[in-house]
Amino acid sequence: MKKTAFYNIHEKLGAKIVEFAGYLMPIQYSSIIAEHKAVRNSVGVFDVSHMGEVFVSGEKALDFIQHITVNDASVLFPGGVQYSAMCYPDGGIVDDLLVYKLTDDKFMLVINASNIEKDFNWMKENNKFGVELKNFSDDYSLLAVQGPNSKAVIQKISDKNLELEYYHFMQTKVAGIDMIVSRTGYTGELGYELYFNGDEKNAENVWNKLFEAGKEYGILPVGLAARDSLRLEMGFCLYGNDIDQTTNPLEAGLGWITKLKKQNFIAKDALMKVKNDGLKRKLVPLITEEKAFPRKGYEITSAGKKVGTLTSGTVSPILDKAIALGYVETQFSAENTELNFLIRGKEIPAKVTKLPFVKK
Amino acid sequence: MKIPENLRYTKDHEWILIEGKTGTIGITDYAQGELGDVVFIDIDPNLKEIKRGQSFGAIEAVKTVSDLYAPCNGKVLEINSALANSPEIVNSDPYGGGWMVKIEIKDLDELEDLLNSKAYSQMLGK
Repeated sequence: MKKTAFYNIHEKLGAKIVEFAGYLMPIQYSSIIAEHKAVRNSVGVFDVSHMGEVFVSGEKALDFIQHITVNDASVLFPGGVQYSAMCYPDGGIVDDLLVYKLTDDKFMLVINASNIEKDFNWMKENNKFGVELKNFSDDYSLLAVQGPNSKAVIQKISDKNLELEYYHFMQTKVAGIDMIVSRTGYTGELGYELYFNGDEKNAENVWNKLFEAGKEYGILPVGLAARDSLRLEMGFCLYGNDIDQTTNPLEAGLGWITKLKKQNFIAKDALMKVKNDGLKRKLVPLITEEKAFPRKGYEITSAGKKVGTLTSGTVSPILDKAIALGYVETQFSAENTELNFLIRGKEIPAKVTKLPFVKK
Repeated sequence: MKIPENLRYTKDHEWILIEGKTGTIGITDYAQGELGDVVFIDIDPNLKEIKRGQSFGAIEAVKTVSDLYAPCNGKVLEINSALANSPEIVNSDPYGGGWMVKIEIKDLDELEDLLNSKAYSQMLGK
């Protein structure tokens, strides 16, 4: 079992530790709801060092990325970040990822922890461009600092002015350590992700400096449980729940990152066909006014008949209402369609709504 | 972690307070800690009877859902309505305000099978 450079800190803080994607990760420190609200109202810090980082370099680095991802990375300038996905030839999703353009011939791909080995093998198999692929996942630490006060906190210990547009990054020193500071996150709040190559000492130094700087804002460490409820309030897909090798990006609502006009990329033909044939099912956001806790795997019904399956669900700490994502047959996917969650044999009325669940 | 001596316990982490023929049932401090933030208690408001060892409802926490098991047979006298609006009481006061149902115990002899505080504590390895 792998540990991140922050493991000792999590233990000292009394976090509940669980195995996740081969890592021992903090699922919660104090209360999931308190951690969730700290991010929405002020600032919280997540250790997400389990995420994978693969560096792609070489003259044809862009060609390689254009080939293996569905979005159009040619629009990126150095300092830009793009949300994208890799698909199999049949259109099923290998993984969703972030593409960082470091220079014209160097990119960083940030991938899900549970998929690192699979993704890296997939990249190597499809490297007909002679690019250099390096998996730095074990060397890189990653902290996500998220919430309306995140900027103020990092600015205090940063060398440069942190003026960054959404989905842009800079390389600078924070807490005296060289890092990539990226205005990205998985919460829908103002937030930054800090990537740095560091041993435990460096990592603890960054953590401590952040918490010192954030003290006046009531900064809290946030575990994976609140990370999940925060992303679900925004309707962000989670690989392994809402998307996987059996789902394609179009039915998952990721048409906006799927650039079918792009020249030849893996899955282009399959996805063109999906688009031309029309979607059989769609991932939809569902909400209920009833007391309920929808969970992954529960059936979605209409008039007593199964019409879909939930892929994620929770009770939103902000709305205090049950929210969920699930695939339904296309005819049931329109906004305001009345459906049910089937929970312990009981039908709980719910309806299709629109994203995000929590408006920013 | 608290394990009061005046209560009896099930292996599924429910407690019962016995006062004459009346039993008050909830979940233990250990159980609420394992579940984390409790979001709501799903007990049918028309529940009339509970049956020993069988589920009489469920407790929904952020992470997971867990069945509530009856420590004995009984007729339901009252369901704790305060939990409808404040389920978090189960976390903050599991042996007091966090009680879930009050019953009329059908057969006091059935309670012999339940764990006392010492046995429950041993089961948890504390």
